[in-house]
Amino acid sequence: MGTQIIGEITEESVKSQQVKSQKIELSGSQALLDALIIEGVDTIFGYPGGAIMPIYDALYDYSDRLNHILVRHEQGGIHAGQGYARTSGKVGVVFATSGPGATNLVTGLADAQIDSTPLVCITGQVFAHLLGTDAFQETDVINITTPVTKWNYQVTDATEIPEVIAKAFYIAKSGRPGPVLIDITKNAQLQKFNYQGYTPCNHIRSYRPKPIVRTQYIQEAAELINSAKKPFIIWGQGVILGSAEQEFKTFVEKSGIPAAWTVLGAGAIPTDHPQNVGMLGMHGNYGPNVLTNECDVLIAIGMRFDDRVTGRLDKYAKQAKVIHLDIDPSEIDKNVKTTVPVWGDCKETLPLLTAVVDEKKHTDWLNKFNDYTQKEYDAVIHAELNPETPEMTMGEVIKQLNEITNGEAVIVTDVGQHQMVTCRYAKLNKTRSNVTSGGLGTMGFALPAAIGAKFGTPERDVVAIIGDGGFQMTLQELGTVMQSKVDIKIIILNNHFLGMVRQWQELFNDRRYSFVDIESPDFVAVAAAYGIAGKSISDRAGLPSALKQMMATKGAFLLEVVVTRENNVFPMVPQGCSVSEIRLK
Amino acid sequence: MENQQEKQEFNITVYTENQIGLLSRIAIIFTRRKINIDSLNTSPSEIESIHRFNIVITESEDVVRKLCRQIEKQVEVLKAYYHTNEDVIWQEMALYKVSTDIIAEKVSVERLLRENGARAVVIRKDYTVFETTGHREETDNLISILQPYGLIEFVRSARVAIIKDSEGFNSKLREFERLEPGEDVIENEFLNNADTIFTM
Repeated sequence: MGTQIIGEITEESVKSQQVKSQKIELSGSQALLDALIIEGVDTIFGYPGGAIMPIYDALYDYSDRLNHILVRHEQGGIHAGQGYARTSGKVGVVFATSGPGATNLVTGLADAQIDSTPLVCITGQVFAHLLGTDAFQETDVINITTPVTKWNYQVTDATEIPEVIAKAFYIAKSGRPGPVLIDITKNAQLQKFNYQGYTPCNHIRSYRPKPIVRTQYIQEAAELINSAKKPFIIWGQGVILGSAEQEFKTFVEKSGIPAAWTVLGAGAIPTDHPQNVGMLGMHGNYGPNVLTNECDVLIAIGMRFDDRVTGRLDKYAKQAKVIHLDIDPSEIDKNVKTTVPVWGDCKETLPLLTAVVDEKKHTDWLNKFNDYTQKEYDAVIHAELNPETPEMTMGEVIKQLNEITNGEAVIVTDVGQHQMVTCRYAKLNKTRSNVTSGGLGTMGFALPAAIGAKFGTPERDVVAIIGDGGFQMTLQELGTVMQSKVDIKIIILNNHFLGMVRQWQELFNDRRYSFVDIESPDFVAVAAAYGIAGKSISDRAGLPSALKQMMATKGAFLLEVVVTRENNVFPMVPQGCSVSEIRLK
Repeated sequence: MENQQEKQEFNITVYTENQIGLLSRIAIIFTRRKINIDSLNTSPSEIESIHRFNIVITESEDVVRKLCRQIEKQVEVLKAYYHTNEDVIWQEMALYKVSTDIIAEKVSVERLLRENGARAVVIRKDYTVFETTGHREETDNLISILQPYGLIEFVRSARVAIIKDSEGFNSKLREFERLEPGEDVIENEFLNNADTIFTM
């Protein structure tokens, strides 16, 4: 097939060509790739197949401008797209073929939907005339993905492509971000049409991504905050998604209010910030949980009151007036009744609020958090970070890692005990440093997400911390690490158990360990088979040097750390309990 | 649980773009919470290119409010409102098919029609089709009247409802459409060409 190379099509060149009223004939596939370039896409994670072959054929001519990373499974591709989006702040782009290729995206779409990650996924589809005939590799991808996408659309005619892709990017990144899937039938990929150029979208008439800020609510919120004795800020990923870290920091510092974070909000202000009082939720810190039920004004910023944060709702912050800043109106009053709703982009609302709140220092109240921190340190943290047990704990590995990275690395975690321990103890100096599957809790997320995270921020160190269970769910992506020479550091915290489920079985099911005992391959040998350097340690004395060796190695490195088998993550708010019933043991 | 509200019938009115797949996107918002849709009607609105859904469910107001916000969040939804039965004027239409012989023999058709606000749509030798429009009790009532005479077939339409207090958003919608006319639906035009295309 003689594909004509049409040269770099930029907005300007298209415009000038239109002025000259020259007709540019492009295939749907070429129009798609042009659109990606104009949208500033540099990296695509994908896997080819029959129904997306015309796009891959066109990609052959664009490979100097678009870096396509061949993954080993479409789930790996979409998690990589998520990792890329989370560290870069850009839209992650994923290609997959029809049928099984598309259905393999579903877990990642659900993950991106619940964690508000901007993605544009392109799936190939059978020819339009075959739709509905159970053709080879045909699945009804649009209907399968409707509940797990912010928007999806099926293209059956190439002329639709420029406008649909423009909408896809706009919808994915604007307002509360989310995943978009565009399903393109093979005929539309092949079809040549008169290309009119690509215009990015910045408006859809039925779509209001940013609510109009009502100053009345800003005023009411400020009055509550200014008269509060024990105000408490809880923040989530909205601060990061809105690129409002600086605005947030200014607000926190002027108001003098203690602030705690959800798992996805971690890093929006540094771990060491004096007003950062720690993590919320089931395995969060002692003070933030207990004092949620003691504060008088609760200021929730860009977070959605997930049940893992609130515990039992009818005993959650009942004494407090609640101010909720969120861009998504459907989040207001969804779980927690709000006294003052501040709809809007926190990049806009926070400065407005900062301007009208009084400059204060809530020293006594902040000290109360510090007292709880001390209690937690004595009861839990000290033993976790400085254990006297013969085996290592997960916490001490993170502590040692902090000393080497000094909080500068991007930390990617999977799901389970290691995730909670890492979120609790990892030092984060910068925003967009914590990549994890929060809402969906997708085991197998970390390895592919770390690959994407590295492409999203190539200049930073990326460390993936993964359990022995989760690693085995997507370890095929070591092939991607090998082929694309991805410089990521992988730490497997191996306790030979599916640890979080084991912990629950120990605490709530009388230690009836039902299918949580998991055997693993020789991880270092597996890495070696992919040409990846590795090491396994079980001895505390070797930990610092092993971590140093890992970080100093050029290219990927896998470090298995054998940790104590039956360690529990504490504190813990047991399911169905109030946040003030948090257990230290 | 505190704030346990009574369930009652709510009429949800959704103004949308006319887009393929939107019905399923809206239906999912109910089904994921395991809520049954009592009645669903889609139709054009008074404004060309703006579509309208009328959905009836039985739920507490708190839940209905959350559902409406999640519906409104969909990209192609312009606005979602909910109203109690008191806030709307609503009608449902029903058709009834009965044997003409039996009807002619046993009841006065004229009386039947008069007393039930019904009309005969078709009268044939073998059967007669009646139509009535009204609230649920009225259409139900005619079923029970006709049942003894061998009701052959019955069907009732979805509810259509007009909001009593709707002038405000009508003018908003008109202005909205004037400023930015809606787009056409793009359907699959290739389904009938299957025989003429060679594919691999």
